[in-house]
Amino acid sequence: MNPIAEAPPKSFSVKPKLDAEGEPLGELLEVSMGPHHPSTHGVFRMDVVLDGEEVVKLKPVFGYLHRNHEKIAEGISYLSTMPYTDRLDYFCSMTNNWAYALTIEKLAGLAVPERAEYIRVIMAELTRLQNHTCLIGFFAQDMGALGTPMMYAFREREKILDLFESVSGARMMCNYMRFGGVRVDVNDAWLAKAKKVTDEYGKFLDEFDAFLTANEILLARTQGVGVLTGDLAVNAAITGPMLRAAGVNYDLRKVDKYGIYGRFDFKVPVGAHGDIYDRYMVRVLEMRESIKILQQALRDIPAGPFMDPKAKLRGFRPKPGEVYGRVEGPKGELGFYVISDGSPNPYRYRVRPPSFINLTILEDMCLGHKISDAVVILGSVDIVLGEVDR
Amino acid sequence: METLEQIKARLEQALPAAKLDILPNECPAGDRSLLVAPSAGFAVARFLRDDPQLKLDYCSNVTGIDWPPATTKTKVKKKVVVEGVEKEVEETIETQRPGCLEVVYHLYSMALKHGPVVLRMRTQNREDQTHLPSLTPLWRGAEFQEREIYDLYGVLFDGHPDLRRILMWDEFTGFPMRRDYVAPDDFEYEPTPHDKVLELAKKHYPPEVAP
Repeated sequence: MNPIAEAPPKSFSVKPKLDAEGEPLGELLEVSMGPHHPSTHGVFRMDVVLDGEEVVKLKPVFGYLHRNHEKIAEGISYLSTMPYTDRLDYFCSMTNNWAYALTIEKLAGLAVPERAEYIRVIMAELTRLQNHTCLIGFFAQDMGALGTPMMYAFREREKILDLFESVSGARMMCNYMRFGGVRVDVNDAWLAKAKKVTDEYGKFLDEFDAFLTANEILLARTQGVGVLTGDLAVNAAITGPMLRAAGVNYDLRKVDKYGIYGRFDFKVPVGAHGDIYDRYMVRVLEMRESIKILQQALRDIPAGPFMDPKAKLRGFRPKPGEVYGRVEGPKGELGFYVISDGSPNPYRYRVRPPSFINLTILEDMCLGHKISDAVVILGSVDIVLGEVDR
Repeated sequence: METLEQIKARLEQALPAAKLDILPNECPAGDRSLLVAPSAGFAVARFLRDDPQLKLDYCSNVTGIDWPPATTKTKVKKKVVVEGVEKEVEETIETQRPGCLEVVYHLYSMALKHGPVVLRMRTQNREDQTHLPSLTPLWRGAEFQEREIYDLYGVLFDGHPDLRRILMWDEFTGFPMRRDYVAPDDFEYEPTPHDKVLELAKKHYPPEVAP
């Protein structure tokens, strides 16, 4: 029996605090935070009930960006969905592409050439670097460090986006992966540039670390705030850095070893307290591990084809069947579940969006904290509304 | 991890009343799934979660699927004796598939790092008998995903703590992910004062004259 799961949700009927004589001390105040609030990272709304400044109830409201991505995909061919996946989590289009390509390759039984696997790992780890860097920038902004850390983060992100642009033609909406490989090959000049960016990234992280990690305000605002226990995190299907900050060692790069992740030497950082500071620290350490993976991949990348010659781009019709594929995205487990009925369109196409599911326990983390902490807690969840609302 | 047959055998031993079927998957890389009758769904799920050999503590993905009623035609070759000579005749058999809504759970174990076990439940029909037991009391991770399935497909999850629309707005009617859903021309049409004014203004228009 799992006591966490079978307890009823906490905040269905809330009442203000009482004084010694049993009279209410004040009234509850209901605040609708968002969807046009700068700290909600997009069009996200929280219905918050406050007792003084303390959060006693919080219900996330979303759907403002809902365009029924899954229905659209049922009406178009398999390949036409690829550019739509860019728009799910628009910070990490390369990882989204990979997750979708991986699923369809599993469905159709396509092989991926060695060089393409390496390119995919390089792209995914560059994506992880820029996603975590930006998140820390936003997150510092949520705590009141207006502008400066974010500008440093965006300066570094731009270097990575330049790399993406030069290979795929787009900074953010890359549409780069194909079933059975990648769309275009990378050349030696690009690889040299990527190596330079990777080698310099460590220096930037040291600088970022020195400015932020021991900062007194950051420590005061994050340590012991928004604690998430490991048991609850597992039960609520939390994935990614949030889960690992809660002390659960579960990284799909190690568990599933999809692609060629089995070949690289890297560690999985795990937190101990599950508070915001651990989530921040896990991300910083994960970036350092990403740099290690990138250096190994850039060193070992072989020559060869970048696309399976047997893969069909036009008239692609996988055999009937169903498959669930998942990768470790920067925000958590990104999964695609596809059912094929033998026609050119999928019968059912489902996205398992990590940041949507990570919001399940937002209320549990915020209860009892001040409203200004709720903003920081939301920042540490790392959501992108393109993916939450789909 | 055990094979699906072993899991099924152990489940049948522990819960003799539960009706279980293993559904094949034509895709070789995909996983086969376990179809459970809704009445036993919760007990089966609890067994899968708490069993020490399986420990499926992580409910990764919950999907809704709509299966409208359909007829499938299969051709069968039959031997018929015509005037003393044996002949092979092709015969088509039409089978009616009743419509249903289906919910699929992908269960993994974080403690033992294995999985998935794919669990499916089907409603009786698509119109009025769309109840299924909610597995949110077992896995909090299913909370928002079950709400989403209710929102987009209309499956009513019994025992869900907070079953409301999640992506569509509260006043919305209909279930947009169903295969037969037809989108209206204008989702957000609201009558405005202009409608009234236009109606009044029509009185002043010159009468239509036939050319």
